[in-house]
Amino acid sequence: MTTPLRLVTEQERGIVIANPSHVARVESGTQLSAILTALSGVDAVGAEARVAKLATRSIKKSTKMAALDLAISMVDLTTLEGADTFGRVTSLCTKAMSPAAQDPSVPHVAAVCVYPDLAAHARYVLGDSPVKVASVATAFPSGRASLKVKLLDVADALEAGADEIDMVIDRGAFLSGRTGQVFDEIAAVKGACGRAHLKVILETGELVTYDNVRRASWLAMLAGADFIKTSTGKVPVAATTAVALVMLEAARDFAETSGRLVGVKVAGGIRSAKDAIRYLVVVNETAGSTWLTPDLFRFGASSLLNDLLRQRLKQQRGAYVRSDEFSGD
Amino acid sequence: MSDDSLANSRLGSLEYDPAPESAAIARLRPSYGLFIGGEFTDPMRHEQFATLNPATEETLAMVAQASAVDVDRAVGAARDAYDGVWSKTTGAQRAKYLFRIARLIQERARELAVVETLDNGKPIRESRDIDIPLAAAHFFYYAGWADKLDYAGFGASPKPIGVAGQIIPWNFPLLMAAWKLAPALAAGNTCVLKPAETTPLTALVLAEILQQAELPDGVVNIVTGDGTVGAALVDHPGVDKIAFTGSTDVGRLIQRSTASSDKRLTLELGGKGANIVFEDAPIDETIEGIIDGIFFNQGHVCCAGSRLLVQESIADEVLRRLIRRVEQLRVGDPMDKNTDVGAINSAAQLERIKELTAYGTSEGATRYTSSCVLPDKGYWFAPTVFADVTQSHRIAREEIFGPVLSVLTFRTPEEAVAKANNTTYGLACGVWSEKGSRTLWVAARLRAGVIWANTYNRFDPTSPFGGMRESGFGREGGRHGLEAYLDV
Repeated sequence: MTTPLRLVTEQERGIVIANPSHVARVESGTQLSAILTALSGVDAVGAEARVAKLATRSIKKSTKMAALDLAISMVDLTTLEGADTFGRVTSLCTKAMSPAAQDPSVPHVAAVCVYPDLAAHARYVLGDSPVKVASVATAFPSGRASLKVKLLDVADALEAGADEIDMVIDRGAFLSGRTGQVFDEIAAVKGACGRAHLKVILETGELVTYDNVRRASWLAMLAGADFIKTSTGKVPVAATTAVALVMLEAARDFAETSGRLVGVKVAGGIRSAKDAIRYLVVVNETAGSTWLTPDLFRFGASSLLNDLLRQRLKQQRGAYVRSDEFSGD
Repeated sequence: MSDDSLANSRLGSLEYDPAPESAAIARLRPSYGLFIGGEFTDPMRHEQFATLNPATEETLAMVAQASAVDVDRAVGAARDAYDGVWSKTTGAQRAKYLFRIARLIQERARELAVVETLDNGKPIRESRDIDIPLAAAHFFYYAGWADKLDYAGFGASPKPIGVAGQIIPWNFPLLMAAWKLAPALAAGNTCVLKPAETTPLTALVLAEILQQAELPDGVVNIVTGDGTVGAALVDHPGVDKIAFTGSTDVGRLIQRSTASSDKRLTLELGGKGANIVFEDAPIDETIEGIIDGIFFNQGHVCCAGSRLLVQESIADEVLRRLIRRVEQLRVGDPMDKNTDVGAINSAAQLERIKELTAYGTSEGATRYTSSCVLPDKGYWFAPTVFADVTQSHRIAREEIFGPVLSVLTFRTPEEAVAKANNTTYGLACGVWSEKGSRTLWVAARLRAGVIWANTYNRFDPTSPFGGMRESGFGREGGRHGLEAYLDV
């Protein structure tokens, strides 16, 4: 469905793992702590300078067109409001399946992301379309509930037909050094997920430092996360390209040592196609083109999709179109 | 991981469509005269030479070849301007001209960036984001000093020196002109600037800007040509001060030549910068810093971190990540906005890089060269890393001035310092560690004018820059940069 980005060779897509058992199974809190503290620090000035430099990449013509389509296919179209209704979810799901009804060449988005009580309705509207149902769970967004309640929340979402679970970590536990507890919770949720994909939200805006982001990324990956995700979108500081850089470095290094590919999802505050393309450049030049697929990179966003569609039409027609040319959902 | 799997773990393999900047923005003239007494004039002997685009070997423009007579005219014009106008101009008025020049550089930034890239071969991203903005920043910075010289720490009412002869290199043509002219003019001197033979064009666009700024005639004069022009300027009895940036060999000649005169001298010469990486360094940013340290501007940087000193405990890991990152560098058309490494500036420089790197292999170092495809026309050298280098290898001792990195290892901080200092140069070093106390311990013991901590090749007009030992003497930038142009 999506236009593949032009890659050098197929072979280069794959990361070959020479020593996949380098990171042993985590057997104890002491061992976990040792792995996390042995991770290299992040120099904040250097990390931010790196993404600022990558932001100057000039993406034009066919690369831009392919990037826009790829970005559309990576969107988790999201509504996470107290005011959400069946009607709101219906219109979101409809948009997700064919973002621009008049142009069937536009790819569908990756998933629709809703609260657990609306997951069943989303599942119903999406039917057997390839668009996944993602549901936030584990007392989203604060995560301030007992593990028992969190697991019930997950079970609820799965029963409603969710394909993907977006859980939050206990930032309080992480910040107070109880990394073992965070690990156990993620592992428990992963166990409860069965075949559903688990995205672990780090809430990087509350972890604050890049060192914490790197440690939390490794912790989540070691505990079994299929995706690590930046933010809930519910705190003032959401995804930044520098945070994405650190998480992508972690995913790349984790893949090299463990042999397992973990995805990265950036969420919160990504509104323009230009921003989305900047993230794709960071993905390409940090984790490599292997990650340039909806299986391994996602945007959690609501208004981003409309700007991607708008820029796509601009590429095709050479001029901007009215925003009323497609639905405002 | 084995080397085999590394080759399959390539980053940045997504192809970007070409995003070329437009060459027409340069608005180049077919030929340029000498800038003497406020106007472009023909050289007395009517000789010209071609300046080439090193990425295509095509002629960009014809440029005047000055002779000793022309240098004499330029020095005469500078002397007249000094006596007649500039020495009577107040600091506040000098500041006004410098601010104007800075703003005009910003206004014509895109044009200057294109001209710089065409003439020098450096990527347009670097000339656009680094060279030109920094050149403007230097004029802004020294404009601020012009009426505050009393407070610069050199006593009350420090006086200018007079006529300054300034000879600049080809690696940062406009930026080096700014480094030389801005403090000299702020301090109240007049100047004769001699740009490098292979990169005269941005200095000549700057001459247009000086006209636009209505800088009084003769305050800045620009004479173009080969080394004989520089020699004539150095030897001219009417020059009070020589400022030179370039090779250590030429620096020696200049020091010998000025030794028997009253001329003041500052020299900014070669280097063989050590970039020291401790095992607790922030690994990802360190790799970027190593890359910036040696591949920035194709390694045509006097302060380049051309010797990488890595703690043995992490040497394999650093090398593995470094090679992967080198593979990712986009080498090619300097006008493409996505190019990371551009063309070597001249055929002669390319020859020198090839000659020195050949020693690397023959003396037993292990060579890794990027598999990037180089263009057919122009002067190119693929980014190269030598591992297993020892202190006695020529590639660890001599300045290559190209995209070639030598990797050595050390065991303790003491050994790192000893190896870093085991060079005849002393321009710049980098230290990478998350432990501040060790960084400071090491920095205090390094013999170099500039020491970067967890970064490399960072420049700012407020920060003094310069070397010791065979890297020269005198400082450019900051309050310290004024001293070279004041009679103190």
